[in-house]
Amino acid sequence: MKGLVLSALMGIAALAAVLVGPGPAAAGDLSPAIPQAKGTQCVEDTQVMRRNHMDFLKHQRDDTLRKGIRGAKHSLKDCVTCHVQTGTDGHPIPVNAEGQFCQSCHSYAAVSIDCFQCHATVPGAAKSASAR
Amino acid sequence: MSHDTSRRELLKGAAAVVTLAPGLTLIAAEAGARAPGTAASPANRWGLLIDTTKCDEGCTACVDACKAEMGLGGHDRPLTDAQYIRKVTVTDPKSGHTHSLPVMCQHCANPPCVDVCPTGASMKRADGIVLVDRHICIGCRYCMMACPYKARSFAHEDQSGQKEHNPRGKGCVEACTLCAHRVDAGGQPACVEACAATGNAAMLFGDLNDPSSEIARRVAREATTRIRADLGVDPAVRYQGI
Amino acid sequence: MKKLEYRELTALTPGWLTAVGALGAVILAALGAVWYMEHNGHWVTGMTNQVVWGVPHVFAVFLIVAASGALNVASIGSVFGREPYQPLGRLSALLAIALLAGGLGAIVLDLGRPDRLDVAMTHYNFKSIFAWNVILYNGFFAIVGVYLWTMIDWRMKTYYKPAALGAFTWRLIMTTGTGSIFGFLVAREGYSSAVMAPLFIAMSFAFGLAIFILVLMGLYAASGRKVSSDLIRMKGRLLGLFCAANLYFVAVQHLTALYWAERTGIETFILFGGNIYTFLFWCVQVLLGALLPMALVYQKATTRGMVRMASILVILGGLAQVYVIIIGGQAYPLTLFPGMEVSSAFMDGQVAAYAPSLPEVVLGLGGIAIAVLVTVVGATFLRILPSSLAHGDEAEVEVLEAATHIDAEPAPAE
Ligand code: HEC
Ligand code: HEC
Ligand code: HEC
Repeated sequence: MKGLVLSALMGIAALAAVLVGPGPAAAGDLSPAIPQAKGTQCVEDTQVMRRNHMDFLKHQRDDTLRKGIRGAKHSLKDCVTCHVQTGTDGHPIPVNAEGQFCQSCHSYAAVSIDCFQCHATVPGAAKSASAR
Repeated sequence: MSHDTSRRELLKGAAAVVTLAPGLTLIAAEAGARAPGTAASPANRWGLLIDTTKCDEGCTACVDACKAEMGLGGHDRPLTDAQYIRKVTVTDPKSGHTHSLPVMCQHCANPPCVDVCPTGASMKRADGIVLVDRHICIGCRYCMMACPYKARSFAHEDQSGQKEHNPRGKGCVEACTLCAHRVDAGGQPACVEACAATGNAAMLFGDLNDPSSEIARRVAREATTRIRADLGVDPAVRYQGI
Repeated sequence: MKKLEYRELTALTPGWLTAVGALGAVILAALGAVWYMEHNGHWVTGMTNQVVWGVPHVFAVFLIVAASGALNVASIGSVFGREPYQPLGRLSALLAIALLAGGLGAIVLDLGRPDRLDVAMTHYNFKSIFAWNVILYNGFFAIVGVYLWTMIDWRMKTYYKPAALGAFTWRLIMTTGTGSIFGFLVAREGYSSAVMAPLFIAMSFAFGLAIFILVLMGLYAASGRKVSSDLIRMKGRLLGLFCAANLYFVAVQHLTALYWAERTGIETFILFGGNIYTFLFWCVQVLLGALLPMALVYQKATTRGMVRMASILVILGGLAQVYVIIIGGQAYPLTLFPGMEVSSAFMDGQVAAYAPSLPEVVLGLGGIAIAVLVTVVGATFLRILPSSLAHGDEAEVEVLEAATHIDAEPAPAE
């Protein structure tokens, strides 16, 4: 059952987190091969991002969806825009694909996220008047 | 395109503007974009006024535009495919008089879907836009039972090719968002824009709370009705000519 | 009151293993069905954007309603002090918990996102009757669990009465809540009515007792214990009374709606439409599910077989009744424009077709299997069942034929 699998995965992830410890150095160990992002800086300090990106995202999603706050710093669309890689064919590679940014550490840490069942994995279609 | 310029001025400073692609037709909305970082405000009540006498029965421009805007691909399964807006043909059995009109989420002030939702996923934004927070929707479908307008759809299968501004996936309920992403950027819903582009211009979008807006002025001046007004849910979508 | 001895069922006998194995197999099949539906998405079921709740909900609502009714026997013994019922209090409470577990299992596994159950348990919208029901169901487990404990553990005796009263009150509120899931739907002409709450309570009495009778007879036959015919006959009579109460509220439900011009459409559709719902209503729900059982249990010489038959019929009728309410109520189109004819590409103005798919039915049966399994396992590890329920002379005369296999006894509603 999906729920069980998911909770099992989350259990493993929690275990992994406990074993490895929350320190920044340890989190660094979690990242064997993380693809390079566009730009030079993340939206927060890199260490902070490694540790707290999930909290930022969860907070942001409530702010955007429920309160209507747009154009904020921790937008998931922006993560995708900066962290997406371009394939040899010139097309962007989905950020959650094998070895890609949002997948690299997660598969290592056995975290499974459902965000990309719904959220676009490549920078959005620019032809619409979308706000962020 | 003359409107576009004024709209850009309105939007000056809003980061969203840089993402506007060339060739995009936008008709000036009555309110500008909210500055980034500010929340939707109860000072606004976004709504629609639909003049059914201008709505052409064969025309589905609004429906098509919605599907394109929201990335509703469909699987050729009319019973389970998502539909945010639909054209309903209404016939008076006594006289045979027929007319056609679009029906979508009516963005009620007292939305039954919000009342019944066990987790609070069905919600009304401060500016009256009714949404499904798909992050906490468990897919129970009670809101679909409660909606008097049949405005909601359930994602019956895995989705692909989602639009960035309309993330959608299997197992959650979804519906018209009044194009909240456009409204927040100072634009107007895709259906309204498409309707205007056909020349029918049967749909008018605006802020019902702003007495100087065209929609508020017309609602104050002309006779309008709401579908199932008897239920007391106070929809933000008004019709003329039903 | 004569001294009573309670004994566990003997585990690991061939009959026990067969029963538990069979129930486990049904539950596994149901989990397979769930995996199939959740993996592909709900389009592989009969459910659509028109009929959003299907057969899993029919089984679930049936079981949840029956759970509350199964507690009746315990309440009659404790709250209303009727002695002959007291020995059965434990089974009554266990069965109530088991039925609720089965019903909730079916409904939860049909969610679009069953993996978000944690969300359902942590986010409450207190305006939602559904959210209240989550609390009522959880509370039911707790309070009936305590009640059962006070019956089993003599050290808890002081809490027996308060627990009994609490459980009784709680289950009335719970079934009111379940009925109100439908009663509060303002826009659905088939549902929105205050009569839904008492109707559901009457339904719970009938369904719960019917299941109780079958489980009692089944467990006793399978374990070679005795039950007096008087007891069975007495329960049968009570079942007849509950059927009458159910019929009364059904009559009120439809008569008020018929009187209401706005609702003539849906009433004509259900009652005289000549469709599946008409058939289920008149033939299964009313005739087979209520009138015939009443005729059976009010005979001068009602036999065990007749009571058993009546119970099976009540369960069938009950499933039909819930089906007519849930599916029939959705099949009839919503009225957007009263007095007008409508059509659209989204099925406006059309009666929605619904054909249950196999996985949905299997999931529903899985809910029943969960309920029976919890009961059997509970009665195996706890002292639930009196070692004999025979009275006086009868105890000698009335020897119940011990079936070797528990499954020789029909499981409820299969
Ligand atoms: C069932 C579909 C669904 C899933 C799964 C989902 N989201 Fe969303 N998300 C949405 C919708 C719908 C919006 C609203 C989009 C809008 O209005 O622009 C949204 C908006 C957001 C936003 C604000 C818009 C943005 O891009 O910044 C964030 C942040 C967000 N989601 C994060 C997440 C995260 C993190 C996850 C995974 C834990 C997730 N979402 C899973 C549907 C989903
Ligand atoms: C402006 C572009 C940009 C945006 C937007 C952005 N990032 Fe980054 N991110 C970067 C860069 C560049 C780095 C690498 C910084 C470094 O090497 O110190 C980085 C690093 C990270 C890291 C640490 C990776 C590592 O090497 O350990 C994480 C985690 C991360 N980002 C997550 C996110 C998330 C989640 C979001 C969305 C909320 C996001 N980023 C948005 C550019 C961006
Ligand atoms: C530096 C490695 C790393 C990168 C890169 C990374 N993550 Fe994570 N992420 C983690 C770890 C580790 C966890 C688990 C933390 C925990 O369980 O406490 C996590 C957890 C999450 C969670 C919460 C999961 C849950 O169920 O609680 C979300 C949401 C998430 N990440 C989103 C993203 C997104 C989106 C990206 C890409 C923009 C991304 N992450 C990139 C390491 C990373």
